[in-house]
Amino acid sequence: MTTDQQARPDGRGLRQSMSDLHTWVGLLLGWVLYAMFLTGTVSYFKDELSQWMRPELPAQSGVPDQAVVAQRVADELVALVPGSPQWSLRLPDARNNSVYAFWRTAGAAPGQRGFGEGNFDPATGQTVSSRATLGGDFFYRFHFQFHYMPVVWGRWIAGVAAMFMLVAIVSGVITHKKIFVDFFTFRWGKGQRSWLDAHNALSVFGLPFHAMITYTGLVTLMALYMPWGQQAGIKTAADRQQLNAELSAFIQPGKPSGEKAPLASIEDMVRHAQERWGRDGVGRVTATHPGDAAARVAVARGDGGRVSMSPQYLEFEGTTGKLLAVHEGVGPAAETRGVLYALHLGRFSDLVTRWLYFLVSLAGTAMVGTGLVMWTVKRRQKLPDPARPHVGFHVVERLNIASIAGLSVAMAAFLWANRLLPETLAERANWEIHSFFIVWALTLLHGVLRPAKKAWVEQLWLAAALLALLPMLNAATTQRPFWRSLADGDWVFVGMDLMCWALAALHAVLALRTLRHQPKTRPARKTVNKPAGGAVLREG
Amino acid sequence: MTSVAGRVRRFGPLVSRIAAALFGGYALAALASVAVLALPMSTPQAVLTGEMASFLVYAAAVLWVFAVRSALRAWAGLLVVAAPLLLAAWSVW
Repeated sequence: MTTDQQARPDGRGLRQSMSDLHTWVGLLLGWVLYAMFLTGTVSYFKDELSQWMRPELPAQSGVPDQAVVAQRVADELVALVPGSPQWSLRLPDARNNSVYAFWRTAGAAPGQRGFGEGNFDPATGQTVSSRATLGGDFFYRFHFQFHYMPVVWGRWIAGVAAMFMLVAIVSGVITHKKIFVDFFTFRWGKGQRSWLDAHNALSVFGLPFHAMITYTGLVTLMALYMPWGQQAGIKTAADRQQLNAELSAFIQPGKPSGEKAPLASIEDMVRHAQERWGRDGVGRVTATHPGDAAARVAVARGDGGRVSMSPQYLEFEGTTGKLLAVHEGVGPAAETRGVLYALHLGRFSDLVTRWLYFLVSLAGTAMVGTGLVMWTVKRRQKLPDPARPHVGFHVVERLNIASIAGLSVAMAAFLWANRLLPETLAERANWEIHSFFIVWALTLLHGVLRPAKKAWVEQLWLAAALLALLPMLNAATTQRPFWRSLADGDWVFVGMDLMCWALAALHAVLALRTLRHQPKTRPARKTVNKPAGGAVLREG
Repeated sequence: MTSVAGRVRRFGPLVSRIAAALFGGYALAALASVAVLALPMSTPQAVLTGEMASFLVYAAAVLWVFAVRSALRAWAGLLVVAAPLLLAAWSVW
């Protein structure tokens, strides 16, 4: 410390600079980051959430034969979208009981949406007859592109927020002098110090994860954020194709021959891939110009069983089923990117790893949340008149309520909307999403109108109640109540009900603690106390 | 008038640092991502390496900007690093 201070005549050490940086970088986009962290955290169970949100689809007892399913859905797509220049289907696996497919529409006029998508039943090949919902994909998409705005804007906001987070993490570590010792320090019921200790423990415990998830998040969209190298180095279509092959198993449609020819057996092609990657190891089948003599089919490996998202796929001639090429390796940088990407998504993980991901990510969410709350706790003590805080304090306090407690309420409301909105409602899937945002806006209104503490307690109780009652709502509105799921060994539904109760308990505990909390309103710390007080602040 | 001048003197360096961090940092990161193309490796690998490294360069630049003693030093540091990167980037653009 002393050397720092000697080097700086104004008496501001490196640690103090980093502390200020940490505080303001963390605050400025903290609310955005909190929402990204929480919706991203639940996205580790997005496939399970999607299953829960489509209760009409029966629980999957085992993974069906992917080769048979691929043929079935491919036949359906050939009939459904004839002349499509490209379609791609994601095969069912241990976590997905439906086949998600998307396709380009033939001859879409400029300005028209050139894509279609749908979910198909693996058992029949038909479009699934479940309620219209985006399912867990809503939280997943929201966590990196938000909503009600062009996708690119949302992704840029997420990128800026992630960059702020990266800076906040590194400056936080520099700020934090006794990072190891303080991990074992917890001062309960000591106001600001308890918040600081909680923030430190949550941060340090998951530090490698938080740093990894933030950095890898940027890597997932790096071509958008840093396009300059590509613009400088990739000049021709061939260059572009070469780069693309390093990143993605989606083969791009070339020129059709114009000569009609049916696709060869997709089942045989997938069988071929199964021999290579195992029975459930196939991820995706993509066809370009199906029905044309120039058709190509790519059968890509799934995300499970390997910690990399780099493309591995077999390329077949569409009309004969002849294996044209095996793509199983990419360059070192592309492989690094594949691993970083996979680490972010965590799709390789088994059940235990997935839960670990979820819990540490939840700790990351709490890290952002405690940091936001600490900003107000620290400043409330120094307010000249705690009953009449200045505008900045007021804004932060109210935004904290809506973005932390309010988000829980809104997310629970989204699930309630899934069970309550009539199936015949036009734009039903969108109305689930509108419900989420309407409720979230109401929590902000409530947070502004009510006294701060009451608003916190009421919203936490509301979230607890919505979560606790969700299994009851599920029992009342579907054929899959808790007891039946348990009897049938339907672990997705059992897990969802248990999770709701666990999260309800968590919110109830937070509500009770907030209710009992007595803020210490002491006057601003005297400058005489500076050495001791300063040390704490510096670490905050 | 004097209060405006006082304000500029007080907040000017901070605003300058924030600009250095946000825009200077991004420019440096972008420059680094292009400069990587000068390395002896295939173009797709270099492009990806540059993209992945750029965020670390950006983060380091921001920390530098707020760690040094003055706004002037912050900008100077960025420029010193930018010069060789600019040369390398120039050679491949």
